[in-house]
Amino acid sequence: MNASDSRGNRLDPWFDSYAERAHNMRASEIRALFSVASRPEVVSLAGGMPYIGGLPLEEIGEMMRRLIVEQGEVALQYGSGQGHEELREHITEVMALEGISAHPDDVVVTTGSQQALDLVTKIFINPGDVVVAEAPSYVGALGVFRAHEADVVHTPMDADGLIPQALEKTLADLAAAGRRVKLLYTVPNYHNPGGVTLSLERRPQVLEICARYKVLVLEDNPYGLLGFDREPLPAMRSMSEEGVIYLGSFSKTFAPGFRVGWAVAPHAVREKLVLASESAILCPSNASQLAISSYLTHSDWQGQIKKFQEQYRERRDAMISALEEYMPYASWNVPDGGFYVWVKLPEGLDSKAMLPRAVTGRVAYVPGTAFYYDGQGAGYLRLSYCYPTPEAIREGVRRLAGVIDDELETVKIFGTSGGGPSGQVDFPSPNIA
Amino acid sequence: MDVLILAGGMSHERDVSVRSGRRVQEALRSRGVKVTMLDVDANVVKSLRALGDGVVWPLLHGAAGEDGSLQALLELSGVPFVGTPSSAACVGWSKPVSKEILGRAGIATALGVTLPQTLFRDVGAEHVLDAVESRFSFPLVVKPARGGSALGVSLVSQRSELARAMVHCFAYCDAALVEHALVGTEVAVSIVGTGGAARALPVVEIVSNGPYDYDARYNAGRVEYFSPARLSVEDTDTVVGAALAAHRELGMRDYARVDIILVEGVANVIDVNIAPGMTETSLFPQAVEASGDELGMLCERIAIEALRRGV
Repeated sequence: MNASDSRGNRLDPWFDSYAERAHNMRASEIRALFSVASRPEVVSLAGGMPYIGGLPLEEIGEMMRRLIVEQGEVALQYGSGQGHEELREHITEVMALEGISAHPDDVVVTTGSQQALDLVTKIFINPGDVVVAEAPSYVGALGVFRAHEADVVHTPMDADGLIPQALEKTLADLAAAGRRVKLLYTVPNYHNPGGVTLSLERRPQVLEICARYKVLVLEDNPYGLLGFDREPLPAMRSMSEEGVIYLGSFSKTFAPGFRVGWAVAPHAVREKLVLASESAILCPSNASQLAISSYLTHSDWQGQIKKFQEQYRERRDAMISALEEYMPYASWNVPDGGFYVWVKLPEGLDSKAMLPRAVTGRVAYVPGTAFYYDGQGAGYLRLSYCYPTPEAIREGVRRLAGVIDDELETVKIFGTSGGGPSGQVDFPSPNIA
Repeated sequence: MDVLILAGGMSHERDVSVRSGRRVQEALRSRGVKVTMLDVDANVVKSLRALGDGVVWPLLHGAAGEDGSLQALLELSGVPFVGTPSSAACVGWSKPVSKEILGRAGIATALGVTLPQTLFRDVGAEHVLDAVESRFSFPLVVKPARGGSALGVSLVSQRSELARAMVHCFAYCDAALVEHALVGTEVAVSIVGTGGAARALPVVEIVSNGPYDYDARYNAGRVEYFSPARLSVEDTDTVVGAALAAHRELGMRDYARVDIILVEGVANVIDVNIAPGMTETSLFPQAVEASGDELGMLCERIAIEALRRGV
């Protein structure tokens, strides 16, 4: 570098070439703090990682071996851009458990439902278009919407999920302001991060409101089969084929490592999704798809789901009892399925500002601000019970209570919470989404 | 020669440490050096015993890596290692203590005061903040008394921001250093060697669009670096002189980085780093490149010197 040059070195020779949207793609301080969460000394109540230890790994290993030996020339080759037909047939059987009647041709297999989310956003959203999402909403979805320069407007939930009257008001206000709302994004079952489920009564109400305002519903349903105490509710897609794009996933009912999800969409949308998917990835992994088909054919996958339900119930119970014992000053929902508890902190605390102290205290959680597009959520945090053992969950909550006690003392001394680390959790690493 | 890099750890800077470790590992491997990289956990003592004819390169950032703890363990284990010994590391890690030592040696630092969290609890936050306001004019910088990577640091331009900045700082450390915010040219002086034999690499000038915070340091693009810095010969000599003096007074060894803000010809030392970052956006590797040297060759020489020196 010549000292007489007028321009400095930005350590990125392509800095001036990026699209505007890429300038916001930055690894934040918060994301860096989560690197400590991977250490075994830290009890991480942050990640949404399923309990893979609950799977019959020997059986799956043998299944994988047979797959490559017997079908390797297909499994290891390129495949159909829409996804392997046998798997698409299986997917229709899986969806039938939640009332969805679909033909295999309606299904587009993707590399995780996260990719399906990205494709739907890509084909619908122009910069500035509005996506309405629950308050709070899934951090991975917010990242996709941000990457496509959408504007996300939150609409409130309560213990029964989306509030139809509030949704109508949100849509009416946006229409009056001349804003174009393209999508309602919803996680209707065992919501991530809220833990709540959209009641059966409200589902047709939400659909009717969206139909009236010509808003497409994007129903994201990774947890629908993981309820503890009841049969799955009918999917919104089962009530409206033209008004809903349904996203499904094997990440929680089987394993995320295969990276297999899917979308079911109205015909014309589906055609565009296939084209968009092909241009992004050519085709989803044949090896993964055939592995899942084999699993669904030869293993007692529904029995496995029941085992998962019991394992997650035990973990939920451990978390709730620990919260009751160690954090009686906070409040939380009691989820009846899924992976998450949404905790409201005592007044004045900021979960993002508190995170460095939690790292020192060897416990990790996801601050509530991660789940809002507009900076709200500091008074909340999400705790995941899916991965640690019940004993670790209790210990994690105990440590978190200690962190909160220290933070409460600090806030009491100063009358305010801290400024907090910089950055949103814009692009979460998979182990915290 | 075998090199065992210790990187990662449990501090808030773990992510930076892992990236630094990987870069030095890659640099040494490019020279054909056999390198292993390990995290610091309950197995580390066993790994040290198995080291044989080798040298340890501690690259943990943050406490444990830079406060002398890890160095003390290495000294107890009787293994040669790169970098500053434990007692000097302990001093350098504490900004208030190192400021005092530098001040006594005639090296300028920003006017400041150290305030432990317990003081605010015992005396009352408003009283302490009133005292800060009466003694200092804004803008001020509030930073952890022990820490790095600009974590917990706030620039405070008015009294109403002060309480929040203190709470932010105390999330990282139980004591805060409150200093006058210096306005000048920010530079980093990377140093190789020890004592009187230490030499400075080309000075790197930092021009940041906004505060030089964590985001600016570790995401390429927001900051412009000039290496060598656009300083006059006289100013260059001033900052280099101050950095070498700081390096010597604080007992730093093998390699280090001294951060300075030059204000009207006066070099104010704002921080010293005994394990400077080695990531793709870090300042030390930029200085190495500006010197015409190659990072792998320099790291190899540093490791050889540490091995030669022994325990």
